[in-house]
Amino acid sequence: MARTLFEKLWDAHVVREPKDQPTLLYIDLHLVHEVTSPQAFEGLRVGNRRVRRPDLTVATVDHNVPTTDRSLPIADPIGAKQIDTLRRNCLDFGIQLFDINSAEQGIVHVIGPELGLTQPGMTIVCGDSHTSTHGAFGTLAFGIGTSEVEHVLATQCLPQNKPRTMLVNVRGALPEGVTAKDLALGIIGQIGTDGATGHVIEYSGDAVRQLSMEGRMTLCNMSIEAGARAGMIAPDETTFAYLQGRRFAPQGAAWSKALAYWQTLRSDDDAAFDHTVELDASTLEPHVTWGTSPGMVVPVTGCVPDPAVSESEADRRASERALEYMALTPRTRIQDIQIDRVFIGSCTNARIEDLRAAARIVKGYRTSSSVSAMVVPGSQAVKRAAEREGLDRIFLDSGFEWREAGCSMCLGMNADILQPGERCASTSNRNFEGRQGRGGRTHLVSPMMAAAAAITGHFTDVRQWKFK
Amino acid sequence: MKPFRNHQGTVAPLDRANVDTDQIIPKQFLKRIERTGFGEFLFYDWRFLPNGELDSSFVLNESRYRGASILVAGKNFGCGSSREHAPWALGDYGFRAVIAPSFADIFANNCMKNGLLPVTLDEDEVTAIMDNARSMDNYNLTVDLERRTVTDGRDFSASFAIDDFQRHCMMEGLDDIGLTLLNESDIAAYERTRSELIRQQSKLF
Repeated sequence: MARTLFEKLWDAHVVREPKDQPTLLYIDLHLVHEVTSPQAFEGLRVGNRRVRRPDLTVATVDHNVPTTDRSLPIADPIGAKQIDTLRRNCLDFGIQLFDINSAEQGIVHVIGPELGLTQPGMTIVCGDSHTSTHGAFGTLAFGIGTSEVEHVLATQCLPQNKPRTMLVNVRGALPEGVTAKDLALGIIGQIGTDGATGHVIEYSGDAVRQLSMEGRMTLCNMSIEAGARAGMIAPDETTFAYLQGRRFAPQGAAWSKALAYWQTLRSDDDAAFDHTVELDASTLEPHVTWGTSPGMVVPVTGCVPDPAVSESEADRRASERALEYMALTPRTRIQDIQIDRVFIGSCTNARIEDLRAAARIVKGYRTSSSVSAMVVPGSQAVKRAAEREGLDRIFLDSGFEWREAGCSMCLGMNADILQPGERCASTSNRNFEGRQGRGGRTHLVSPMMAAAAAITGHFTDVRQWKFK
Repeated sequence: MKPFRNHQGTVAPLDRANVDTDQIIPKQFLKRIERTGFGEFLFYDWRFLPNGELDSSFVLNESRYRGASILVAGKNFGCGSSREHAPWALGDYGFRAVIAPSFADIFANNCMKNGLLPVTLDEDEVTAIMDNARSMDNYNLTVDLERRTVTDGRDFSASFAIDDFQRHCMMEGLDDIGLTLLNESDIAAYERTRSELIRQQSKLF
């Protein structure tokens, strides 16, 4: 029977399929970070249980680490204790930790792929909703809660009910200046933030095939913002070229054998999906969110919508509330919105290609005098690569701050937060109320759009940018 | 896990859609390494003014909802981050069930691991509960997991769907890690058949 990519991945990981119970699924790779794991390890201790496969478990610190000088002690004692707790847990249970001063440290969803830990055909979980990022490699990767983190630590398995499938087919080509981030925001704008709840999305079509691995990761990363359990893209030559030679990727004869398997990881031509969504990439524009949910999004040439024209009463009230929080008036042109802060970072958009795209815009310009802007590379490896290319100089010369790797102001668990009332152009994934700091106002955009806004002080259509 | 069979309690209406887990428990409270004590930080930015005083305009701060143990809210409740601190905070505050037209997947899953029942009802049923909770003082509902029903003992009655196995685990308060460990031989057998492939794939393993 014809199967989708998801079904092939699912079938390959079934340990047990009891009647009237969830399927027991094997997990190939478990990524761990400091925030959602302490209670899981504590649970193991209380239950006198061990970690079944420490060799399939990798940890790093990313969520609450400072992005300032790492030779200094961590100022926040509660944050420092959480990091120390992860250290002790990794030591006690024999888990590899890429600690704060290691060369491999970074956002968990950035380092997995760049180390070659993330490989096609795997099941990958992490106590973080943006685990969907790894689906870009043709993996089944999804976020879990702390109880499930404990479950995977103890058993290397998870009982799961089979999700439904959704195909998002994007034909055509993305125009110049329109990126994977704009595509992701466009999809969420179309299907809504619960449009894919209970589903695993497979992205396909010419526009998806043409994306780099960085772009594919951005797209799969945002799947959760459409409510999806996971997002995935069938691996192809782009995937294999990215992986070859990476530290944990197979080599020599093992590479050839792995490749032969990976090439089978695609949906059969006549495989059926529960839902299909079609988009034309060539009509997409750069996108900017205006509200407090990623689905509240319009093209950069658009205006803040009028809640009076909402589809339902609930939508109208949600829009009114969002506009009040965002301090925006209906029908304001997006390009007339002035910003105070720019954040280029996060597991969505802090890879080398994102930094290159932003630097291309910034080169030769100064940031607006009313804007404070920062770049937080997704990993220490991204930071080093950017420095080798001189991107750090471009950002620093134009007035950006250049920080150490971590989640930073995407969720503001460390000191990197917005002040009340500040308005931020952010390359992150969530514009929720208070997400980047209480009273902070977040507009989600691509790295190019964020960079342009840093220069002009307001949202600017990057398709008209005069590169220097 | 505390078993859940049925629960009767006062309903608090939170008439908002897309209530995300950042709202349920803001990030500054995620640094704690315990499972308990999150209740006082529930909906922190909504319950408290920037100066730390209670915001009397927020619904949960109204005296008539103080002892509420059933929360009713708009669609897509619990969207966003996978933080299990969200159900921990709701449970620690005193909620035993949340009723909404839909829930985000990870959140619903996290709830059921913690004895907090997510109940999905139709939009009009949720609206009816919301209206009753606002118009009547001390509006009570009984959520019966065994029968899969929500009733107010008067006019309102609705039934809900829930996965049979998850229902069973909640009703018995089962440790599902213990259940999975009973399948040790199956897991080991799977690892033997997969091991060659896994070895091919990676130096890590």
